[in-house]
Amino acid sequence: MDKLLAGNNVAVTEDGYLEDFNQWSKEIASEIAAEYGITLGEDHWKVILYIQEQYEKGVPLSIRSIGKSGVVSIKEFYQLFPDGPLKRASKIAGIPKPVSCI
Amino acid sequence: MKNLIILGAGTAGTTMANLLQKRLKNTEWNIKIIDKNTIHYYQPGFLFLPFDLYKPKQVKKPIEQFIPSGVELIQQEIDKIEVEANEVLLTDGTKVPYDVLIIATGTDIAPQEIDGMLGEHWHQDVFDFYTYTGAKNLRDKLREWKGGELVVHIAEMPIKCPVAPLEFAFLADSFFRNKEMRDKVNITYVTPLGGAFTKPKATEALNYLLEEKGIRIVPDFNIESVDGANKKILDYGGKEVNYDLLVTVPTNMGSPVMERSGIGDDLNFVPTNKATLQTLVKDNIFAIGDATNIPASKAGSVAHFESEILTENVMRYIKDEPLKEDFDGHANCFIETGNGKALLIDFNYTHEPVTGTFPFPGVGPLRLLKESHMNHLGKLAFRWIYWNMLIKGKHIPFVSAQMSEAGKDFSNN
Ligand SMILES: Cc1cc2nc3c(=O)[nH]c(=O)nc-3n(C[C@H](O)[C@H](O)[C@H](O)COP(=O)(O)OP(=O)(O)OC[C@H]3O[C@@H](n4cnc5c(N)ncnc54)[C@H](O)[C@@H]3O)c2cc1C
Repeated sequence: MDKLLAGNNVAVTEDGYLEDFNQWSKEIASEIAAEYGITLGEDHWKVILYIQEQYEKGVPLSIRSIGKSGVVSIKEFYQLFPDGPLKRASKIAGIPKPVSCI
Repeated sequence: MKNLIILGAGTAGTTMANLLQKRLKNTEWNIKIIDKNTIHYYQPGFLFLPFDLYKPKQVKKPIEQFIPSGVELIQQEIDKIEVEANEVLLTDGTKVPYDVLIIATGTDIAPQEIDGMLGEHWHQDVFDFYTYTGAKNLRDKLREWKGGELVVHIAEMPIKCPVAPLEFAFLADSFFRNKEMRDKVNITYVTPLGGAFTKPKATEALNYLLEEKGIRIVPDFNIESVDGANKKILDYGGKEVNYDLLVTVPTNMGSPVMERSGIGDDLNFVPTNKATLQTLVKDNIFAIGDATNIPASKAGSVAHFESEILTENVMRYIKDEPLKEDFDGHANCFIETGNGKALLIDFNYTHEPVTGTFPFPGVGPLRLLKESHMNHLGKLAFRWIYWNMLIKGKHIPFVSAQMSEAGKDFSNN
């Protein structure tokens, strides 16, 4: 389905993840973040860039691996993206919903 | 003579030893299998042991008994794999050279990964049931426990047999009902997942059962620490859950051998091709069972399905033929729901568990995703199948390595 984000019609999944990373922009990220009451600051962007990089390399992400990345600690990750940090950060970064492991 | 070495004589390693012994010419190949233990545990039985439903002797047998003649069993701890030198180093200093290596060292609990989980309270009021010792100590505790807050908890994913903690909660409900003390026990199920299970279809069915049994669920709980003195667990987001008895599944990790050898991921699982089971470490190293990082369930049934495909691929590798990209992530699990009933789920990489019948389309007798007594008998029969067929590498009738789509309802999938 399509969703109007930052003035563009963007294809998203049922739970709001971007279908196509090419449609992503910083403005779209800020708008999704705002839905969670998050205002993106410098630290948020560092995390977003990191997870986009990992996604492009095909490295599966986990809260644990982000905690070990040196970008943020797990505690900080939770403070930046409260409740479901990996799901929220992925949605904001425009990458698919993390496959929770089996 | 060439050497094929299997690391680990658990479910997957033992099955591979039996299958390859039949296929490899003993005039050309030595097969060796290495394990630090002398006992083979039937781990699915660890679910029943705490409730006095199985006796210890039903879940353990000598490893030796299942290693076929013609395969050498080395009872030693593995220190590391020297990938460049094609050698396995044992802790006693012995070097075992190989031409082909199969990693089957499984996964183990790592309670030390969670702040405060280990301590005086460990196996006093904080228990695991994923080890023989944990399950047995928990049995002793449950025999005399007077009731209170029972918290069943998963630390982080992935864990082996991801339905086991849920089954534990269901069986606990039955157990306390039978002891006529259910009113003295609150059961809470605490999970890092958004709901009862990893797959949405099965989660719906399972959430319903939790509600029916009066089990409270706390989802999205990512544990930061255990406060043993005040008997509570805390999550990174600031949530807290109090317990009198905490039954936890700590972080599951692959063998530290992988870290020492520099070949594991951040949980010591071995990066492996999910269709061929060849590792990404080196062409002559394969991996099977819980030790891999493939996105399939870590379960005995999965190890069984993998073993048929891995045997074929080892034979092809030796003959220098292209590998078969055949593994589809097939898993088949019974879920005990208490009161002599069970559910059955069957799924793979791409298909979620669905409703229908198994293994015969339209006939069953097992019902997929529906509670039934027949499914419970199936789960109990699994112990016999495990000891007598599965780890001996015998083909289990009617059940194929790749998932069958017949008799299943994929309409909502
Ligand atoms: C409570 C519970 C319930 C379960 N229920 C089910 C179920 O209902 N159905 C199902 O299909 N599966 C179930 N499972 C999962 C199943 O038991 C495992 O997936 C299966 O045993 C994995 O086989 P494996 O060979 O990969 O590992 P394992 O069987 O664990 O074998 C690994 C072996 O490697 C050896 N090893 C490891 N490191 C070293 C070292 N450094 N040196 C020497 N030896 C080493 C170990 O001693 C061990 O013998 C359950 C598991 C648990 C814990």
